[in-house]
Amino acid sequence: MKKLTILVLLAVVVLAVVPLVVAQGAEFGGADGEAESAITAIDTGYQPWFSSIWEPPSAEIESLLFALQAAVGAGIVFYVLGYYVGRAKGRAAGAPDAAGSDSAETMATRGSS
Amino acid sequence: MHIMEGYLPAAFVVVWFLVSMPFWVKGVVEIKRLVQEKRSTLLLLGAAGGFCFVLSALKLPSVTGSCSHPTGVALGAIMFGPWVGAVIGTIVLMFQAMLLAHGGLTTLGANAFSMAIVGSFVAWGTFKGLRRVGAPLWLAVFVGAALSDLATYVTTAMQLAWAFPDPVTGFAGSSVKFMGIFAITQIPLALSEGLLTALIMMYLVKYSRTELDEIGLLRRGQVA
Repeated sequence: MKKLTILVLLAVVVLAVVPLVVAQGAEFGGADGEAESAITAIDTGYQPWFSSIWEPPSAEIESLLFALQAAVGAGIVFYVLGYYVGRAKGRAAGAPDAAGSDSAETMATRGSS
Repeated sequence: MHIMEGYLPAAFVVVWFLVSMPFWVKGVVEIKRLVQEKRSTLLLLGAAGGFCFVLSALKLPSVTGSCSHPTGVALGAIMFGPWVGAVIGTIVLMFQAMLLAHGGLTTLGANAFSMAIVGSFVAWGTFKGLRRVGAPLWLAVFVGAALSDLATYVTTAMQLAWAFPDPVTGFAGSSVKFMGIFAITQIPLALSEGLLTALIMMYLVKYSRTELDEIGLLRRGQVA
C-alpha cells in the first residue's frame, strides 16, 4: 500500500509537471477566463449583466481563500482517515472497543449534541 | 468549468436553474435520510465533502498551456449515489461563487448541472457498470472519476456553445471552440483526478470497511 501510494502520487506530480515542460513559455492562465474571451469574440456586443456580489480585493487574498478551501478540505479528509486508521489499530491491538462498529455513530451523535 | 458571473443570458440562467432544482431537492432528501438512518456513515460523507473541497481548489497546469482544476465530486457520488454527490458539488460551487468570485450565482444552475449533476451521474453510472462486469474496485473508481471530470468540462463547453452559437458556423463551430478550451486541457487533469480518487478509496476500503458495507458500496466479505 505504501509503495502504491508513493507511485500514484508521483504519477500525479508528473502529470502536473509535464505540461510545464511541454508548453514552455505559455501563459498558464485559467481556462474559465479563456472561455470568457471566447464568448466576447463570438458575441462582440455581449455585456455580462451581473457581477460577483463580492470579489477578493487582490490576487493575494484570492490565493489565500483558495488555500483555505484546500486546507479545510484536506483537514476533514485526513481527520476522517486518521480516525479510521486509529480505530483499526485499536482493534488489531485488542483494545476494548465497546461500541464496536458503532463507535463512529456515538461520535457523530456526540458531535451534534 | 466555471461559467463566470453574468456570462449566461437570463433565459439560460432560468433554464439551468429549473433543470438543476429537482436534483437538489432529491439530494437534500437523501442526505436527510442518511443523517437519520445511517449515522455511522456521516464521517464518510464528511470525507467526500472535504475531498471535493480540496480537489476543486487545485488549479493545475495542462498541456494546452492553460490551467484548470479537477472537481472531486466522484468520490461522494460513488459512495452515496449521484443525488448526494450533486448536493456536495453544489455546496462547493456556492462557496466559490460567493467568496472567490469564481463562477457565479446567476450561473450556479448551469455550473451545478455540469459539475455536480453530470459529474456525479457519470461517476456513479460508470462505476456501477464496470463493477457489474467484474472490474476491480480501484479500476471502476479510477475510470468513473476520470470520466466524470471529463464529462463535466464537455458539458460546460456544450452549455456555452448553446448559449453562444457562432454567427457563421453556429452551434457546431462554437462547440469546437469551447471544447478546445475546456476538454483538451482537462485530459491530464482527469487522469490525476481518477488516480487520487482511486487512492483515497483504497484507503477507505482498508480502514473503514464496516461503513462501506453499510452504505452498500461493497457486500459483506466481498473482495474489493
